[in-house]
Amino acid sequence: MAPPGAGAARPRGRGGYWLYLVPSLVLFLAIIVVPFLMNVATSFTRWSGVGTPTWIGLDNYTKLFKDERFWASFEHNVALIIAMAVVPTIIGLVLAAALFDYIAKRFGGRTASALRAAFYLPQVLPVAVAGVVWGWMLHPSYGAVNQIFGIKVNWLGDPDIALATVMAIMVWFQLGYPVVIFMAGLQRVDPSLYEAAEIDGASWWRRFWHITIPQIRPEIFVVLLTCTIAALKVFGPIFVLTRGGPGSATMVPSYFSYLNFFQKVNVGYGSAIATVLALIIVVVTFLFLRVQERDQESGS
Amino acid sequence: MNADRTFRQPGRWAVLAALVVLAVVMLFPFVIVTLNAFKSPAEYSSGGPLSLPHGLYLDGIVAFWDRVDFGLKLWNSLLISGVVAVAAVVLSVLNAYALGIGRVRGRLWILVLFLVANTLPQEALVYPLYYLSKEVGLYDSKLAVILIFTVIQAAFGTYLLSSVLGQFPRGILEAAEIDGASRRRMLWGIVVPISRPTLSVLLIFFFIWTWNEFFLPMVFLISNDNQTVPVALGVLQGEKMMDATMSSASALLGIIPAVAFFLIFQRTLTRGITVGAIK
Repeated sequence: MAPPGAGAARPRGRGGYWLYLVPSLVLFLAIIVVPFLMNVATSFTRWSGVGTPTWIGLDNYTKLFKDERFWASFEHNVALIIAMAVVPTIIGLVLAAALFDYIAKRFGGRTASALRAAFYLPQVLPVAVAGVVWGWMLHPSYGAVNQIFGIKVNWLGDPDIALATVMAIMVWFQLGYPVVIFMAGLQRVDPSLYEAAEIDGASWWRRFWHITIPQIRPEIFVVLLTCTIAALKVFGPIFVLTRGGPGSATMVPSYFSYLNFFQKVNVGYGSAIATVLALIIVVVTFLFLRVQERDQESGS
Repeated sequence: MNADRTFRQPGRWAVLAALVVLAVVMLFPFVIVTLNAFKSPAEYSSGGPLSLPHGLYLDGIVAFWDRVDFGLKLWNSLLISGVVAVAAVVLSVLNAYALGIGRVRGRLWILVLFLVANTLPQEALVYPLYYLSKEVGLYDSKLAVILIFTVIQAAFGTYLLSSVLGQFPRGILEAAEIDGASRRRMLWGIVVPISRPTLSVLLIFFFIWTWNEFFLPMVFLISNDNQTVPVALGVLQGEKMMDATMSSASALLGIIPAVAFFLIFQRTLTRGITVGAIK
């Protein structure tokens, strides 16, 4: 019960702000919460999408852990984390530092910005369009790459090299993102740090190790986290380039679940794959944030 | 000093050369696609992918444009991305007003919920959404895709904007409150105008992110009349009927809007790109 007069002093109490959340909470419930719970529930059933699902307990999950294609799809996910998060971060660090601490100083900021824009351009494409571009470039019969080099390699159709090809395409696609983020991070580094190191005769590599990397640790964390999540979720390029094939040489969990949902109509099994994927992503996010928090605590 | 400079000269050009070579490699696909989109199939097979086109052969582009009714796809993408961007910004503002300025009880949990929603893979929502949209008659409609992405983008926007509004200058709001301004007036008359720069960055990001989406639009928009640009291109990729130069034309048509947005929004984007990094 509100004390008398409180209502008069603050005509609309604190609770009034809740009203602003109502539209979102309704939509959020209908579009995220309920579907996600339905997906989890479906993962305990056998269901073809029509009729009533049959409850089968954990059967989908036990089947999943024995399914070679499922494990293979996660191995490919690890490969894509390397291609989309680890490699772009490492190359991106070197490029950002080279542009910031070398090119910009010796050739001017305009040269550095132009190079940065060139590295970034693939990032502006919708990932499906990037797939269309490379699907054309690497087409086995008329693709530009084979024509230029006068070779006949089935880049995406040969099970031995398809995954490596997809990885290379993803490096091309992702690289600009860390370069731009790291260069933005370097803007806030105190220039006197670099100047002092230069006067002391520190080589470029020493400045890179002892100034650049420690100073932009927060950006490195953000890039690694967002790119790892993107790699775990990757669907578009796989759909456009290989559809998980040949065989299951480039199968990833997201495409594997899609396949079960809409082509094999194993909806229960697809739901189990999607649930495991969701769980992994949430855990990875949580771990990253914890490590970052610790890092900040020990750093300060 | 001077001797040192000349001594270093070759080295510094080598670094620049290495970076330029890498830039050329990164831009190479764009150049190749553009070159060959303007060639006839005969020209492609005789001259190869590196030759310059003899003239502006537009048949490949026109044929592809007509075949997929590309103008309609552009309109669909514009409509969906535009409506989502505006609606998601409005929802984000409403939520962030309650969470960042109103500081409603349990706000931390609500924020965590929104953040988790943002990291969830769409695969874990797709089948129930597909099923439910069929139940309510929204399957294969732009409205279904608009609703879904409005919520997904607003989840991120709420997370970001709440922390921005959490630092909103209190004094202004208190002064307005004393003057008898209502909550609604304070939101639209004070908070929104002052946070305009952040809101415009969000608007552009939501637009581009939605434009670039592939998975859910591909599942939901199956009829030709509803497809977006990435969906139409992605689904047609590698079709047997497409010859070399028409494929190239299709890739070019996908590249042009994306690069156009980049050029138009470049200044806002580079300013806000660290904002996007949180996603």
